[in-house]
Amino acid sequence: MRALVFIAVIAALGLAGCGEKEQVVVYKQGKYQGKPDNRSWDNDPPVAELRGSKWSKGDRTSWEEAIKQRQLTQNEYKRIGQ
Amino acid sequence: MARMKFLCDAERCIECNGCVTACKNENEVPWGVNRRRVVTLNDGVVGAEKSISVACMHCSDAPCMAVCPVDCFYRTDDGVVLHDKDLCIGCGYCFYACPFGAPQFPQAGAFGLRGKMDKCTFCAGGPEADRSETEFHKYGRNRLAEGKLPACAEMCSTKALLGGDGDVIADIYRERVLRRGRGAEVWGWSTAYGLPPKPGAQPPAQQPGAPKSGKS
Repeated sequence: MRALVFIAVIAALGLAGCGEKEQVVVYKQGKYQGKPDNRSWDNDPPVAELRGSKWSKGDRTSWEEAIKQRQLTQNEYKRIGQ
Repeated sequence: MARMKFLCDAERCIECNGCVTACKNENEVPWGVNRRRVVTLNDGVVGAEKSISVACMHCSDAPCMAVCPVDCFYRTDDGVVLHDKDLCIGCGYCFYACPFGAPQFPQAGAFGLRGKMDKCTFCAGGPEADRSETEFHKYGRNRLAEGKLPACAEMCSTKALLGGDGDVIADIYRERVLRRGRGAEVWGWSTAYGLPPKPGAQPPAQQPGAPKSGKS
């Protein structure tokens, strides 16, 4: 009985060495495989010296409104006036 | 939902290369890599010369994403097409797929080895912690995370290059064209597929449906 257990343990350990970890990444076409990225509005607004826009951290709507106001400064008809 | 796009007004671009310089400076782009460049059509032909600033157009259905064998591209919630440089193998498929020549490959070694792809990020960095040193080193500055627009568009002296949400910049451009009474014909079928203009020729025929106010 003891010999049988011994053989079973040896066989189990020996076969465990035959296992192989997958070394090739399997890519799925059309699905991003890289690291996740942060969202712009999840950051704190920059310090005043950087002269960026102001928004509430985590609030997408406020970030989009802030960036929209920045975009509208590209329209000199509105920015400078007539 | 914002869809970040660039729009270059060829009626205003004066080929100053300010956008190119701003991009190089802001992102510390290495020598030999041009994320943005100015292309001039009919160079030297008086009255027919047009310049446009070209970079990644952050396509809604980007061909680079479709052909990438390692799927390192992703689109942010703002519609900006970015990629993970840790995953890129520098195969160059995206370069052949892109109609704008946006993907750039640095010469990484002494024997002309091709490095990982680099392209315009709409000043939105990449998949690293926002505004971190690592992100800046790999992808350049993340101005969107500072509530700013791309440096090229903000630095453009004549405001020929507009950057931002497609709807907003289209409105700005529309108002501009209506006020000056011309410019809609610059982009369109006749420009892309028309005959090349002869020296001294009139500008291309007006695009059907374009406003015809006589201010020009």
